[in-house]
Amino acid sequence: MLFFSKKQDWLGNIRGDVLAGTVVALALIPEAIAFSIIAGVDPKVGLYASFCIAVITAFVGGRPGMISAATGAMALLMVTLVKDHGLQYLLAATLLTGVIQIIAGYLKLGSLMRFVSRSVVTGFVNALAILIFMAQLPELTHVSWHVYAMTAGGLGIIYLFPYLPLIGKSIPSPLVCITSMTAVAIYWHLDIRTVGDMGQLPDTLPVFLWPEVPLTLETLKIILPYSVPLAMVGLLESLMTATIVDDLTDTTSDKNRECKGQGFANIGAGLLGGMAGCAMIGQSVINVKSGGRGRLSTLVAGSFLLIMVVFLDEWISKIPMAALVAVMIMVSIGTFSWRSLLNLKQHPLSTNIVMIATVIVVVWSHNLALGVFVGVLLASLFFANKISHFMYVESSPDESGNIRTYRVIGQVFFNSADKFNAAFDFKEAVDKVVIDLHRAHFWDITSVTALDKVVIKFRREGAEVELIGMNEATATIVDRFGIHDKPEEIEKIMGGH
Amino acid sequence: MSTNNNLVLAGIDGSSLTNAVCDYAAWIATRVGAPLKLLHTIDHHPETAIKTDLTGNIGIDSRDHLLEDIIELDRQRSKLRLQQGKQILQTAKKRVIQAGIAEPFTNQRHGSLVESLIELENDIRVLVIGVRGKVHENQPDKIGAKLESIIRSLHKPILVINAEFKVPQQIMIAYDGSKAADKAVDMVANSPLYKGLTCHIVCVSHDDNNEQFRDMEIATDKLKLAGGIEVIAEKLVGKPEQMLCEYQTGHNIDMIVMGAFSHTRVRDWLLGSFTVKMLTNSHKPLFLLR
Repeated sequence: MLFFSKKQDWLGNIRGDVLAGTVVALALIPEAIAFSIIAGVDPKVGLYASFCIAVITAFVGGRPGMISAATGAMALLMVTLVKDHGLQYLLAATLLTGVIQIIAGYLKLGSLMRFVSRSVVTGFVNALAILIFMAQLPELTHVSWHVYAMTAGGLGIIYLFPYLPLIGKSIPSPLVCITSMTAVAIYWHLDIRTVGDMGQLPDTLPVFLWPEVPLTLETLKIILPYSVPLAMVGLLESLMTATIVDDLTDTTSDKNRECKGQGFANIGAGLLGGMAGCAMIGQSVINVKSGGRGRLSTLVAGSFLLIMVVFLDEWISKIPMAALVAVMIMVSIGTFSWRSLLNLKQHPLSTNIVMIATVIVVVWSHNLALGVFVGVLLASLFFANKISHFMYVESSPDESGNIRTYRVIGQVFFNSADKFNAAFDFKEAVDKVVIDLHRAHFWDITSVTALDKVVIKFRREGAEVELIGMNEATATIVDRFGIHDKPEEIEKIMGGH
Repeated sequence: MSTNNNLVLAGIDGSSLTNAVCDYAAWIATRVGAPLKLLHTIDHHPETAIKTDLTGNIGIDSRDHLLEDIIELDRQRSKLRLQQGKQILQTAKKRVIQAGIAEPFTNQRHGSLVESLIELENDIRVLVIGVRGKVHENQPDKIGAKLESIIRSLHKPILVINAEFKVPQQIMIAYDGSKAADKAVDMVANSPLYKGLTCHIVCVSHDDNNEQFRDMEIATDKLKLAGGIEVIAEKLVGKPEQMLCEYQTGHNIDMIVMGAFSHTRVRDWLLGSFTVKMLTNSHKPLFLLR
């Protein structure tokens, strides 16, 4: 069923899809070249990858209208692999990445995305935007003033051209930026770096290649530490982008199919001499904005990209890097969530810490997977801490003063166990202690151990201890889902609270 | 949402057949004494873009702005359609009240008609629907784009309307010996809807010595035994859709009852579906059973 798609996913929006796919293809070319440069490979590696990934995901992806290609997030992870072992090992790692992603798809790991909270997602996109921007800096240092002027001019064209009457809204402004900057550079014979200086461009259609690496355990040891984070980052960005496209188009997507689709796309890219890639937030937004909704838009983007680069390779090699930098700065501005800066004031501190920590870890490590891991960890800790506030113990003596009743209310687990212990007054000399647990929930073994300690401590002081409602309180420890998924079971356990 | 089941459900969209759909639904509801519900769905077509913007750039918070833009456009469009739908339902409601239905229910839902019908399936006794909707309104040789998938996905009797209302006097069962055809015979025999009508049971075969004819005799006896129906049995030889249509015109048949899509999809794809041919060629309502 993997290759089965509804007819309307392909043909429901033909005009919009073809136009949007064309716009996206034009924007994909500078991105693919820029990301190849980040990874340290020839531009053709990124361009072949973008073609291949876009076309394959058009058929097997789970989110129609989403654009996948060579991406910055992935390129950043492969820098050292390319530097130390060369392109062939990158292609092998790309294949392995695909295999891991397909396995993840079959294991339905896509559903783990629910642990990634909103602030981690915001941190992810902000970090991604910062990394894309930082990757442009080498092109902007130790260069002549021409480069600065052209980059500024390019950005000016990108953002101001659409305001021109008549033509402004019908020609993609990034394309205008690239063509006019190329014309300027050629006309004045400016001595600035061009795409041609960055390495080989594709001059033929991609051909099928098996990576030239020895099939040994040694090779696996080299590529596995790269393939695992590549697979993770690829899936994370793809699933986040899928959610963004879901929201924009008010439709749903098949996340597990998307995981498998990304895997197949990467295997295809690896076999055709391309680098690993994933879904692209910026390009997908451009696609939706341009009216792309269906699978056709992705297919058009990929195929049109290849046709352009194969037939226009001489012209593409003359594009000044400054024009590409301008386009990439646009992508970086468009990817960053500026609103999240305003929201810092309103959101709770814990949320802000999670977001900022994700950004810092990513920018420091250049590894988005690590950033997400730290973000999710922090978010979980903050959540555990928040929930531990929902526990208190009240107590009352009986009339004679010899019996004290403690009523435990709320959530007792590893984080609130100390608070639980501290709530009992062991110094009070009473004959009998009653601990009423009817309205408490014991979530783990730590909380049961804490209760044991309390009971033993009272016994040592010579008090008799009676526990009420123990069964109800510990019903939540059951570690099997399914039982808890039924509303009547939840009502039984949580009822009356 | 009402919790009624056993509903006569009329799917309406304000096209030229809507009035006929209401009339037939009212006729059935009155005769079988079942509640009537009028359904209008607002199909949003999220697979098509409302607006295309070819500027191709993204800037500060483009994602958020784009989302807000699309939401606003969707909101305006939905609101308009909601209003239109309400009006269609109001008009239809008045019409069926005049036709003698005391309390018709109305229901408006978002999403495609097929999805809504599948969700309501358990409450449906019979679905009444026009042969084509707004899109194909002026193409009398076309059937609605979703009609086939509706018929295939529902497991309830469906009355497909293709002409103005006329109180049925003569009905015809197109009998081919299939399970669905036997079901059609059972329905006609048992339902109060057909009491007092004349029922032609017609079997068309490619050659005249056929097992189908023997099955038909059993079915004819069943109808006669049920009582209250005048039964006329007819065996014909020839091309089924052609013979049935000719018979229908020749004998002033007001409604055709038949099984639908009883063959596999592969056969239908290769040879063309008999049901689709009948839907396209018949000029009288078709009662379809699966």
